[in-house]
Amino acid sequence: MSYLKKSPWILHYDASSCNGCDIEVLACLTPLYDVERFGIINTGNPKHADIFVITGGINEQSSVVVKNIYDQIPSPKVVVAVGICAATGGVFRECYNIKGGVNTTIPVDVYVPGCAARPESIIDGIVAALSILEEKRKAMKKGETPL
Amino acid sequence: MDLMHILYGVSFILFGPLIGGIIVGLDRKLTARMQGRVGPPVLQPFYDIGKLFQKERIAVIYSENFWVIAYLIFIVATGMIFFAGGDLLLVIFALTLAHVFLIIGAFSSSSPYAHVGAQRELIQLMAIEPMVILTAVGMYQVTGSFFVIDILAYGGLLIFVLPGVFVGFLYVLTFKLRKSPFDLATSHHAHQELVKGLTTEFAGPTLGIYELAHLYETVMLLGFVYLFFGANPLTGIIAVILVYIIEIFVDNATTRITWQPALISAWIVTIVLGGLNLIGLYLL
Ligand code: SF4
Repeated sequence: MSYLKKSPWILHYDASSCNGCDIEVLACLTPLYDVERFGIINTGNPKHADIFVITGGINEQSSVVVKNIYDQIPSPKVVVAVGICAATGGVFRECYNIKGGVNTTIPVDVYVPGCAARPESIIDGIVAALSILEEKRKAMKKGETPL
Repeated sequence: MDLMHILYGVSFILFGPLIGGIIVGLDRKLTARMQGRVGPPVLQPFYDIGKLFQKERIAVIYSENFWVIAYLIFIVATGMIFFAGGDLLLVIFALTLAHVFLIIGAFSSSSPYAHVGAQRELIQLMAIEPMVILTAVGMYQVTGSFFVIDILAYGGLLIFVLPGVFVGFLYVLTFKLRKSPFDLATSHHAHQELVKGLTTEFAGPTLGIYELAHLYETVMLLGFVYLFFGANPLTGIIAVILVYIIEIFVDNATTRITWQPALISAWIVTIVLGGLNLIGLYLL
């Protein structure tokens, strides 16, 4: 029996988002979308998190932080990149300080498109992440080290 | 203490988390409804704990696992003593010891968030301990015994003779249930100023053990509320439900306060409500 799918806790980090995607992530927690009905909780603590939600592209400063947070999340864990910036760097791609999407720093499991990504698609992305989380748990049980 | 009561005590090991989980699940549902949301399934606390035990156990300092396990063992033991009809003073002091273990567990990491959380937990203990002891003393003054069995066997409803003590106990119950405005050390709600305070450094199964212990503790504390109505089981159960709904309401209607007003108000309530009630009992 897997409880992971029923109780995914999220850690939300703003790598260098314009705040557009952040607002949409937080909108998921409001009464209108209420992700807690799926057991999803927004924790502020990497040690309690299962899903790492990142908005915005990675810049030279945030890349160390993202790597650090990722390492602190206990396995099994998945990374969801929300918004075009998190996928490729988006409109900020050519900026002098931007390294690019989240995958320049840590492995990404799910990309949620959109600028800003809509709450519905963010929820879809999280749900897609749940099955990946489950696969990783099975791999972990077999003794393989999941990413 | 006969076999029957020992059996009650042992059954607490199983029924404690079952009942506690359902109470906390209903709590989260009701909280969500008060905020205009749908809310998680009632069984969500079980899913959460199940998940935490499926996660990797990572810890910077491994001794914290030991302290958290000691916390669980002492909470379960106190609950067993309570439901077996044992000595209320023993229950109270063992409960405090359990919390001291939890605090040491939080202090054993080097995280500043966990440290501040642990310090706040110490302050909370200071704030609530006098009232909890006064509760036991009040029950002793009325029934002439510290044993839960004897207190339950007392004919009348304790609430009529100990109204001040009862209200004072409700006040500190908010600390114990980690509900707003007194959820200083760690809170159920997602974001707070200290990351997760006391539990910041607990990951995976360690956090699971902590959550499990909290379920046991919730049930035992509601048992204390029941004692005030022990003579009539039906009134007792209704009172416990009402008290918990009031706690949820207060949780949603108030904001977290700083430690100074929390400590001072708890002591004022203890002295005024608890103290006057006991003096009144003594004079009558
Ligand atoms: S994808 Fe659009 S809304 Fe989101 S962070 Fe980038 S620019 Fe802002």
